[in-house]
Amino acid sequence: MNATIALYLAQDGIINGAIYALLGVTLVLVFAVTRVIFVPQGEFVAWGALTLAALDAGSVPGTAWLLVVMGIAATVLDTLRQSKTITLHAIGGMVVKDIALPVLLLLAVQAIAPGKPALWISVLLTLALIIPMGPLVYRLAFQPLADATVLTLFIAAIGVHFALIGLGLVFFGAEGFRTTPFIAETFRVGVLAIKGQSLAVLGVTAMLLAGLYLFFERTMLGKALRATAVNRLGARLVGIPVRSTGRIAFALAAAIGALSGMLIGSLTTIYYDSGFLIGLKGFVAAIAAGLASYPLTVMAALGVGLLEAFSAFFASAFKEVIVFSIIIPLLIWRSLKAPHSDEEEE
Amino acid sequence: MGLFSSNRAVWLGLILAFAAIPLIPGIPDFWITLWDYIGLYSLVAIGLVLLTGVGGMTSFGQAAFCGFGAYTTAVLTSQFGFSPWLTLPFSLATTGLAAFLLGLVTVRLSGHFLPLGTIAWGISIYYLFGNIEVLGRYDGISGLPPFTFFGHSLIDARAIFYLIWLCVLLAVILSLNLLDSRMGRAVRALRGGSQAAESFGVNIPRVKLVVFVYAALLAGLSGWLYAHMQRAVSPSPFGINAGIEYLLMAVLGGSGYVLGGVLGATIVIVLKDHLQNILPKLIGADGNFETIVFGILMVAVLQLSRNGLWPLVQRLLPKPAEKTVDESAPALALRTMPERGALLLEVAKARKQFGGLVAVNDVSFAVKAGEIVGLIGPNGAGKSTTFNLLTGVLAATSGSIRYRGEDIAGLKAEAIAARGIARTFQHVKLVGSMSLLENVAIGAHLRSGAGVLGSMLRLDRTDEARLLREAARQLTRVGLGAHLHKPAASLALGQQRIAEIARALCLDPALLLLDEPAAGLRFAEKQQLAELLSQLRSEGMSVLLVEHDMDFVMKLTNHLVVLDFGEKIAEGSPAEISVNPVVLEAYLGGVE
Repeated sequence: MNATIALYLAQDGIINGAIYALLGVTLVLVFAVTRVIFVPQGEFVAWGALTLAALDAGSVPGTAWLLVVMGIAATVLDTLRQSKTITLHAIGGMVVKDIALPVLLLLAVQAIAPGKPALWISVLLTLALIIPMGPLVYRLAFQPLADATVLTLFIAAIGVHFALIGLGLVFFGAEGFRTTPFIAETFRVGVLAIKGQSLAVLGVTAMLLAGLYLFFERTMLGKALRATAVNRLGARLVGIPVRSTGRIAFALAAAIGALSGMLIGSLTTIYYDSGFLIGLKGFVAAIAAGLASYPLTVMAALGVGLLEAFSAFFASAFKEVIVFSIIIPLLIWRSLKAPHSDEEEE
Repeated sequence: MGLFSSNRAVWLGLILAFAAIPLIPGIPDFWITLWDYIGLYSLVAIGLVLLTGVGGMTSFGQAAFCGFGAYTTAVLTSQFGFSPWLTLPFSLATTGLAAFLLGLVTVRLSGHFLPLGTIAWGISIYYLFGNIEVLGRYDGISGLPPFTFFGHSLIDARAIFYLIWLCVLLAVILSLNLLDSRMGRAVRALRGGSQAAESFGVNIPRVKLVVFVYAALLAGLSGWLYAHMQRAVSPSPFGINAGIEYLLMAVLGGSGYVLGGVLGATIVIVLKDHLQNILPKLIGADGNFETIVFGILMVAVLQLSRNGLWPLVQRLLPKPAEKTVDESAPALALRTMPERGALLLEVAKARKQFGGLVAVNDVSFAVKAGEIVGLIGPNGAGKSTTFNLLTGVLAATSGSIRYRGEDIAGLKAEAIAARGIARTFQHVKLVGSMSLLENVAIGAHLRSGAGVLGSMLRLDRTDEARLLREAARQLTRVGLGAHLHKPAASLALGQQRIAEIARALCLDPALLLLDEPAAGLRFAEKQQLAELLSQLRSEGMSVLLVEHDMDFVMKLTNHLVVLDFGEKIAEGSPAEISVNPVVLEAYLGGVE
């Protein structure tokens, strides 16, 4: 290995690491606010990339249909669950928000897509399609389990992952796709060729992380989310609606997932099930940071990205083995650091 | 529990009827093959039931353990010419060793880190199997020999049916036996009661590891059978998706019930078979679309019936008989009690700091044998923290705690329990779903040595009878004799507190630490409790008592220690304390 290869691998590692950092931070956020270990985060990544790819190709992405289906399911189930207390007004609200809007969006996509819209329009459409899915998933799967243990929520998250992976296969097929890069040019710095898309990844990641920081530090909503994370009961007592903080956390997760997917969609081929492994690498980082610290998660994610890039060079077949085995020493370290496991919940 | 001791005839009938299925003429081979698979998956699911439903630990990596079992026998039979029967110990050994090492790392972690860890190794082991030359990479190893039985090879689905289901039957019996034993109670206490179990001498990390390895061994057994039924192995059945399906089986069937594992496996396999036929036609493409239904099913079961479907089936089956207490079982050996009036516990300058906060500030006091000493003080005075220091739940920052002449500061909770210090908790810590009798029997954990293997093989019955008799005796003594078989959660809070005293008495303690035992009791119940404690004192037991009911404390205790803001502000006889100005000021505020 020479310096050029090392630099190339480092670039690759940092780019992937930036994506893992975004996902890892979101996982920590969702866990803190809702106690859900959100494994299906990866599906939003894949769907973001695949939706953009479909729009690129001038076809209507399956997610446009899926959003309508999920909206109907959520409306029906929420109505059934609260059949005794719900008002007609509330049902009407859901019909407008969860069914009519997605249908309008579907019609819009059907009208726009065949004309192969400009990239920025496709990106906005993709976000408009994926972001509402976050809160919908929360309502369908997790809200009724809000009082359950972390373990139960985790098992439910795995169930959601299973269902979404299957739906991804239905709506996108088994074929893999690549998207158009945001920045197509390649820049030369000395011996190193830097892809414009890499810069886009780093730029967007930095902006998002900074945005999240400002959101949590400066806005009331961000503070409400943090308060929920620290103490759910306390947050409720001071009037923070814990349900809507959950929905907001999931909306953020979907948004960041979809953006991550659109960013890496041009760097690697994405299949309907690619998101799982990508998301799990974000998890490795989040676990390294104890599912608690945001800055540590970002650092650990860069570490995971670099480890992956270099192991891909030295032992490409064992790349995944190495990346996922690293979790074992990390867990040992965690268990030594916190030798007294607290009384488990029941 | 006790499923096979009672209603034996019914169960024997069910088993025989099941065994007759392959003999019925006209049943298609295909059905039998499906049942073979159900058996294989049941083995894994039963292990998961014990691990997840009973022990509260979740693993998505069970498929990987199947892989260890399957690949071990595949390599040994295909490359070293072993007979399939002979490889069983090797398959189990590699699986067990892998589980032991992984478990050593992960079972100490709280809640969700374990399942996350299992996902990670589930994935990495799949890729490992797929990249090792000796294991045939992603193609795997094929052409494995079938099992042979007296010259007959068990290639036919009907022939291997009996081998597989014999293994399932054994797994069910061994698992039920295990749960219905001393170690089983410790396993069942892992969910929500591990701190209490620890203070009665249960070595929690060890119990977790035992369940973890046992569940893995069942998976390894399943893998061993699978290898010679399929006569080929490849990485895909041992990947993370298979691991998730196993967990679905446990959740669906009812993760607290051994037979729920079999039910869950049956539903998943039958459903999968149907969905794999129907869905691709419906959707018009090939693929594993059944995951959509499985995923939704998993979430729906958690939302609608968190205990799974087995409780619904159980209603149709004969009720398992109540546990019987054998009154003639010999009593357990007793500890030699210290001589009345001897110095039993001596706390000298005990200190506990949490960062800058000094919760217990150089507190000193002593308890003599045959005394009831009250530890009183306003809320936040450090009473419960002092209890936690004495029982090893927390380690003292400095100072010494001597018990019968030995320094016990820094010893673990189990070691302190072994020396004869038993406690109750301010917040009741009983396992709600377990009967009162079994909850209380955990108190006697250290008075028997029955191990895991002995319990599975039912060699522990004499010991077990003695433990249960002791538990029943103590419950009767505290006045709960009528509620032995009720689940602990069904009792009033006051009664649960009293049950905790019975559990503590089961340890045969020389020193009893009671944390607010009278809270939530009615007047008559308080009087009974006071009588019981006086009687224990007259038998030579020493009691250290935290209590807010001053009337109760003043009438009962020989000596009082008063704490305020972590410091001892006074000590003396109840009469002295009741007129002590410092104490009055702490309780009632200063007299201006």
